[in-house]
Amino acid sequence: MPTDIQNPNSIVARKPAAVPGEQAEKGLITLPGESERELEDLAGSTYLTTKVDTMVNWARGNSLWPLPFGTACCAIEFMSLVSSHYDLARIGAEVVRFSPRQADLLIVAGTIVDKMGPVLKKIYDQMPEPKYVVAMGACATSGGFYRMYHVVQGIDEIIPVDIWVPGCPPTPEGLMYGILKLKEKIERGELKRGV
Amino acid sequence: MSTLTKYSAIPYTGPAPTNREPYVPKDAAAMDARGAELAATLPNVEQETGQDLPTLIVPRESIVGTLTALKSAGYTMPLDLWAVDYPQREQRFDVMYQLYSLDRNERVRLKVRVGEDESMPTGTGVFKGLNWYEREVWDMYGVVFDGHPNLRRILTHEAFQGHALRKDYDPAQRWLLTEKDVAKIIPKIDPRFENVDTDFERVTLNLGPSHPATHGTLRIVVTLDGETIIGCDQEIGYLHRCFEKSCETHTYQQAIPFTDRLNYCSAFINNVGYCMAVEKLLGIDVPKRAQHIRLILSEFMRIADHLVCIGTNLVDMGALTNFWYLFQPREEIYGLIESCCGARLLPSYCRIGGLAVDAPPNFLENAQRLVDALPAFINDVEKLVDKNKIFLDRVVGIAPITAEMAIDYGFTGPCLRACGVPYDVRKANPYLGYETYDFDVPIADGGDTFARYLVRMEEMRQSLKILQQAIDRGMPEGAVIVDNPYVALPPKSKVYNEMESLIYHFKLIMHGIQPPVGEAYFQVEGGNGELGFYVVSDGTKNPYRVRCRPPCFQIYSAFPDMIIGQTIPDAIAALGSLNIIAGELDH
Repeated sequence: MPTDIQNPNSIVARKPAAVPGEQAEKGLITLPGESERELEDLAGSTYLTTKVDTMVNWARGNSLWPLPFGTACCAIEFMSLVSSHYDLARIGAEVVRFSPRQADLLIVAGTIVDKMGPVLKKIYDQMPEPKYVVAMGACATSGGFYRMYHVVQGIDEIIPVDIWVPGCPPTPEGLMYGILKLKEKIERGELKRGV
Repeated sequence: MSTLTKYSAIPYTGPAPTNREPYVPKDAAAMDARGAELAATLPNVEQETGQDLPTLIVPRESIVGTLTALKSAGYTMPLDLWAVDYPQREQRFDVMYQLYSLDRNERVRLKVRVGEDESMPTGTGVFKGLNWYEREVWDMYGVVFDGHPNLRRILTHEAFQGHALRKDYDPAQRWLLTEKDVAKIIPKIDPRFENVDTDFERVTLNLGPSHPATHGTLRIVVTLDGETIIGCDQEIGYLHRCFEKSCETHTYQQAIPFTDRLNYCSAFINNVGYCMAVEKLLGIDVPKRAQHIRLILSEFMRIADHLVCIGTNLVDMGALTNFWYLFQPREEIYGLIESCCGARLLPSYCRIGGLAVDAPPNFLENAQRLVDALPAFINDVEKLVDKNKIFLDRVVGIAPITAEMAIDYGFTGPCLRACGVPYDVRKANPYLGYETYDFDVPIADGGDTFARYLVRMEEMRQSLKILQQAIDRGMPEGAVIVDNPYVALPPKSKVYNEMESLIYHFKLIMHGIQPPVGEAYFQVEGGNGELGFYVVSDGTKNPYRVRCRPPCFQIYSAFPDMIIGQTIPDAIAALGSLNIIAGELDH
């Protein structure tokens, strides 16, 4: 017996659930990266089977806790992103932590100079696995237009980077796009360093 | 059949600049007269004529005496201390001081010629504000100041070798700093607390450079006795992006984006300051329309700067709501800038001689809409915090500084005005036509965190007042950039159709703007105080030296004096209220 689970207030179209067997249809609830799941109906409720990895990655991608390593101009744009106008909470990444021990996403926002290098390394080392790094802006990516005696020419000299966001500074939309791309990467299970 | 439209020749009829022509300031005669008066009162000094400020050449032995004499003659504020390197000269460094007299509204520039192996006496005994500047000159040029209390590197790191701003230093030569090279900082205990009997063990605590309350890259090390701060030392340079060296390796026009990134909360004001300094050197006047847009956007940027400062300061104290309230109108201000030039935070909208492009036709309407909307946000925050007991307990009487001390440190801007000193560059040395606007300079007394908050709030209102007047005056007609092919690129329509314009275009792109040989200083009122640019031209396309006088630098150097005897939460609240912008602080 198909069960209609469409919420009339939701803007997301959902297909009606079907009983197991021949009528069962794939793609009822979209879990990213998972195409092999099947819908089952037991005791009148709907649930699904999937891999633990997929489930965990899905959860990780949707609850990133960023640590803004904001050193310069990009940090101001990061503040724009978390404040009311752009509102990073919409993609579940608004719990900004300033302690590396409580964060899993390091957003390097701004120029990293040689003097800051050891600090960045230490912060990265202190973060628990799994951890992801977004290099925000031209300076963090490549040193930007500061090809000078005191500027690190891209933070990948010091730590590994998952997503590079271009711009000087990137717009808040740009950074949000970068974080969404990271989310996709996590959900595809591509980032499994050290776990 | 299409016909080619014939364009008239470029109307510019002025002379072509000949390379290596000396720069003659407009008010050189008056400045020379004042310089001669000063030189007559001081022993051992020589006057340098033909400068844009009264300039005295002082032998290095008598610099302390000269500084003391000038201080007692009313030049009480040490505005700046920097150096210029001329490697071909026998005494290769010009160490320069700029002092300011609040009573007379006059500046004086002192030059001390120092050789490579020579040292000079420290001026820290005369002006407290010279402490960090001397460290900077030592770091960048290797000039030793005898008797300086703490002459260690300030902007570069411990493993750095050589002195970066010397002309013979390779701009791209980096030095690797590893964890083991990082020097430990142990703050000196303040003499007032040295022999105090205490129940507590003394603890040294490190804050930053990655700390939520240090707004980026500041590092503070404090020694605590219980909860009382009894010693404090700061380390800066965690965002030293080599602004001054970058300017020397780029052309005049290319240096504009670097200025954006000094005080990135009010980037446009930096553009204006730098461009006006070069325009002063070139002796050109910017069209009225460009001046008007520059003024309007400068005031909006000042408001945005204060919004960020107050918003983040309140977040540090736990009042998160205000952050949401204040950042909303800030987005609208960025929207206005975006409509002009396409960039939000760091617009790089100014060009030497005017602006990059004209503002959109509905610029004034949008500005008016913003001016109408902004007071509601400011009032909301005021209602939330002005009578809030928690807020008041945390800011009233916290981290005070007296007016004398602030002047001695070289404070400018809202932090100085919070001590009751009504110094504002817009009133003292008006530019962009500020003298024709009716506005007040808000001052407060006490010089504490609360006073700084009050001054900033009122300054936003005064900026709105200026903006309303500017909008009511309407937009002047005309171009937004000077009609001078040696400074500004000819319009594309002409470049594509006229041989002469094409040549001008080529010359300007390849050989840049070549100002007359000389030096000029120009100051504007930035978000944090007097933002000055000192530009030296040697007649080539790159500046020989660009010096930025960052207002944060001296304000932050006074921080230990403000927080000793207080607690860590007070220090956090005070730090936010000083609005230290790392980009500007570290160049």
